[in-house]
Amino acid sequence: MSADKQTFTGNRGLVLEEALIFEIGVSSKCGVDLEPVPDAPTMLGDCGANQAVDLPGLSEPEAVRHYVRLSQKNHSIDAGLYPLGSCTMKHNPRLNEKMARLPGFGDIHPLQPQSSVQGALELMDTLAHWLKTLTGMPAVALSPKAGAHGELCGMMAIRAAIEAKGELGTRKRVLVPESAHGTNPATAALLGFKVDGIPANAEGRVDLEAFKAKLHENGGDDVAAIMLTNPNTCGLFEPDIIEIADALHAVGGYFYCDGANFNAIVGRVRPGDLGVDAMHINLHKTFSTPHGGGGPGSGPTVLSDRLAAYAPLPYVISDDGGYHLVEDQTQAEAPAFGRMVAFHGQMGMFVRALSYMMSHGSDGLRQVAEDAVLNANYVLATLKDMMSAPFGAPCMHEALFDDSFLKDTGVDTLDFAKAMIDEGYHPMTMYFPLVVHGAMLIEPTETESKATLDLFVATMRDLVASAKAGDLNRFKQAPELAPRRRLDETQAARNPVLRWQADICEAQAAE
Amino acid sequence: MSKKFTKDHEWISLDGDVATVGITNYAQEQLGDVVFVEVPETGQQVAQGDDAAVVESVKAASEVYAPLSGEVVEGNAALEATPELVNQSPDNEGWFFKMKLSDAGELDELMDEAAYDAFVKELG
Amino acid sequence: MRYLPLTPADRQSMLATIGAGSIDDLFVDVPAAARRDEDVDLPRHQSEMQVERQLSAMASKNTTASSVPFFCGAGAYKHHVPASVDHIIQRSEFLTSYTPYQPEITQGTLQYLFEFQTQVCELTGMPVANASMYDGSTAAAEAVLMAHRVTRKSRAVLSGRLHPHYTAVIENLSEMGGFTLAQSPRQPEASNGDELLAMIDDDTSCVVIQNPDFFGNVADFSALAANVQAKGCLLIAVVPEVMSLGLLKRPGDMGADIVVGEGQSLGNGLNFGGPYVGLFAAREKHVRQMPGRLCGETVDADGQRGFVLTLSTREQHIRRDKATSNICTNSGLCSLAFTAHMTLLGGQGLRHLAQINHARAAQLSQSLTAIDGVELISRAFFNEFSIRLSRKAVDVVDDLADKGVLGGVPAARLLPDGGLDDVLIVAATEVNTDEDIASYAAVLQEVLS
Repeated sequence: MSADKQTFTGNRGLVLEEALIFEIGVSSKCGVDLEPVPDAPTMLGDCGANQAVDLPGLSEPEAVRHYVRLSQKNHSIDAGLYPLGSCTMKHNPRLNEKMARLPGFGDIHPLQPQSSVQGALELMDTLAHWLKTLTGMPAVALSPKAGAHGELCGMMAIRAAIEAKGELGTRKRVLVPESAHGTNPATAALLGFKVDGIPANAEGRVDLEAFKAKLHENGGDDVAAIMLTNPNTCGLFEPDIIEIADALHAVGGYFYCDGANFNAIVGRVRPGDLGVDAMHINLHKTFSTPHGGGGPGSGPTVLSDRLAAYAPLPYVISDDGGYHLVEDQTQAEAPAFGRMVAFHGQMGMFVRALSYMMSHGSDGLRQVAEDAVLNANYVLATLKDMMSAPFGAPCMHEALFDDSFLKDTGVDTLDFAKAMIDEGYHPMTMYFPLVVHGAMLIEPTETESKATLDLFVATMRDLVASAKAGDLNRFKQAPELAPRRRLDETQAARNPVLRWQADICEAQAAE
Repeated sequence: MSKKFTKDHEWISLDGDVATVGITNYAQEQLGDVVFVEVPETGQQVAQGDDAAVVESVKAASEVYAPLSGEVVEGNAALEATPELVNQSPDNEGWFFKMKLSDAGELDELMDEAAYDAFVKELG
Repeated sequence: MRYLPLTPADRQSMLATIGAGSIDDLFVDVPAAARRDEDVDLPRHQSEMQVERQLSAMASKNTTASSVPFFCGAGAYKHHVPASVDHIIQRSEFLTSYTPYQPEITQGTLQYLFEFQTQVCELTGMPVANASMYDGSTAAAEAVLMAHRVTRKSRAVLSGRLHPHYTAVIENLSEMGGFTLAQSPRQPEASNGDELLAMIDDDTSCVVIQNPDFFGNVADFSALAANVQAKGCLLIAVVPEVMSLGLLKRPGDMGADIVVGEGQSLGNGLNFGGPYVGLFAAREKHVRQMPGRLCGETVDADGQRGFVLTLSTREQHIRRDKATSNICTNSGLCSLAFTAHMTLLGGQGLRHLAQINHARAAQLSQSLTAIDGVELISRAFFNEFSIRLSRKAVDVVDDLADKGVLGGVPAARLLPDGGLDDVLIVAATEVNTDEDIASYAAVLQEVLS
């Protein structure tokens, strides 16, 4: 291996260096042929600018090359296993992309007359039907833009229900397990709730007794809700979930379920049967819409009978005259809590998700959950003798390890992850959940073959053996074969450079 | 006088009725490279246990609690441009804020150096 | 099932390795009461062709913007997206990549985010911008919360000419968060903003204006910004149509403290309202109060330039209940479409394109206002303006649609109680031809007579 070889260009075979557009483009260049400006009076009042903004342009071949070269510096699910726990990086079918690009879905305006978008409303209504049926819940708010936004939607519905009962002044406490995603406490705090942590038990589940003690701490009528992820962030199903829901409902609280891990149970378990009052669904996890380097997502939120009346605007209803979008409180029969977004939500994601659901069907979706759980358990079973699994088997859709197997090796979780990069893998989720030390959370998903998992497991075993044998260089220097080596995050945070500026960026490059 | 310590890994050094507050060497080691510090504004009234300052590394943010009650008389302005002082000199130049105490009796609740060292040792 | 690689034999052998008798053994933690032995009541799996057939049937029931003379705007705009943009965003490595948490193998995403942030800064005239929000409306609501944090106050004053959906989103988040709001009257005519100044009280953190406003009016708000700031408040400027920044004075240059916007017009199709891309820019001194992800420049262990997500301690995955926002997933791929389109245009290309937009709107306003029963409300505008009609705008739009013209958005669709039944909001862009404009004028004349 010749990681040290220097080249004149800085390129390394097919891995090509690429400058910033600000270094290669000029403001006068344009990669789009524009028609002449038609003759017309200027009507900008006092608001016209005298000159163009100072941004570079590129011709089409230069632009395509720029972005293609950049793309080659990314890992992707299309190229290889992407076992990020709690992120559900599954294959993104291209049929979904094709369907979302049908002009009848992609080229329609959200405020066209409703008579001209009946097919779009039908699609939303159909998607709603699938989501309600899969979750066993009577209502769904489609508009939330991502998982955290869906959480916000669910918690807003809960807050609206509490307000309607006149209990807003008293129900302030939201119980959140320590293993929760960071979005849970952030969402509760945004709505003025007080976050109260519930400890996990030795099996990585909510400690039922500790939960009940917290619930009844002040009699229970100060509790607004619990925010519980199920399967939880340790990749485990909460066996006491129905008891938790019952105890909560008995004191008048609401059960918010974080649906990030719905992939483990889709088609096999309906959250409605578990006592859930609200749950967001990440269409970009369970239902295969692409993550796109961090979005767009989509977070439809299903609601129980207790909350359905407060569903936000807009929503689709149908009658003999066709489909109608209820956009305003004046048209609504129930007291909607308000509006989450402009327009109607992530239509592009709705099309993709429905395309995926229809492809799999009820039988295929059940198989999705089963294969996802099978793959994770296979990884757990084949690694647990060499890596340390803090909780027992079986797991659900992801396998959690802690760093105790690295004790005294001088290698930590981060080093281990970076060494995986040199082996061609995207690392698993690290240091989350917070309830175990140096966490490594592996979610293979159902779209990985046995052969892929076998090679992955063999690689992990080889890495563990290396760490235990004291081959520190393999870890401390890693990654050596990626487009970049470890980046200095301390410098980035101490002296933030958040935009290109000719003088600053060139001076730094010269150093 | 000698320094006093809290279980939240703050040190307090008293000069008359003005206490200087910082975080201990142990705390800065746990945090790693400090990239940002927010100190309280002069004149701010704080009660013992209130959030008074924030210290951040790349991957963590911690509140620094007021170890005692009183009025903030000065924040360490140097930390804005050079937060690394907290790593380089936690016990001295990396101090966070000074406060005028309103209840000197609270001092008795704090640990002395020997007790703090024993406390840290127990944390392993 | 085409998306599932495991064969029945694989499954058996893997269960054996695990030591499980059947798949059910892996679901033992599910309470018996919630186990389902039968499939849910939905259709079974279908081939690609079958799915395509059904979805295409639904799609064909919709009237597409490209198929008719099309003049709808009000926060979402029909523009031409270059073919190369869609090619770029379908690159596997962009489309099927996650949030760039491992910077060594996500430099592609990180570099375009850095370029995106820089473009948003330059377009808005602001020193810092984040890596995107969900859309313009949620960005506006987050801006209000940020103003509350910065000023430690809790009341916002909103312009009556803010997009009603944006108002509703701000209202919802504010009410739920325990904050208060006031809004100036919903009148479609431009004003100098004195009515907003008069509404500021001691607890007011910010004044939120929109430019171009919901009714299409554009104005230099420099004086208003200075007056707002003199009262200790922040001026939040909402830009619903990013294309306008190619031709209008930049909000940062007019003194805005926070600029938020809808970036859909660059690179992103109409998509029936989403996904879109929210823009968020602010002053440097407030960077730590900003929501969302920020990408920053740094170096790697060999000293080579690289990019990372930075200042993450503001965010929910670290700060949890003390985070500046709960946002996690944002609009990554839409921001790629935005930045790629902007790169293809360049500064001068954007100005040229914006000039075409403005010229088309000016032509359209002349053609329409020549008709009896049409009165122009917006005196200064970019690519969208409001007209007052001699009939209810909702009815006129339906009649126009029957005759094959999508003629705009009736104000009353979004403001049913606003007393604006006769107001129609009309947009024109580079996609509109002379023929489109002539057809619209002819059909409108027919409908109004």
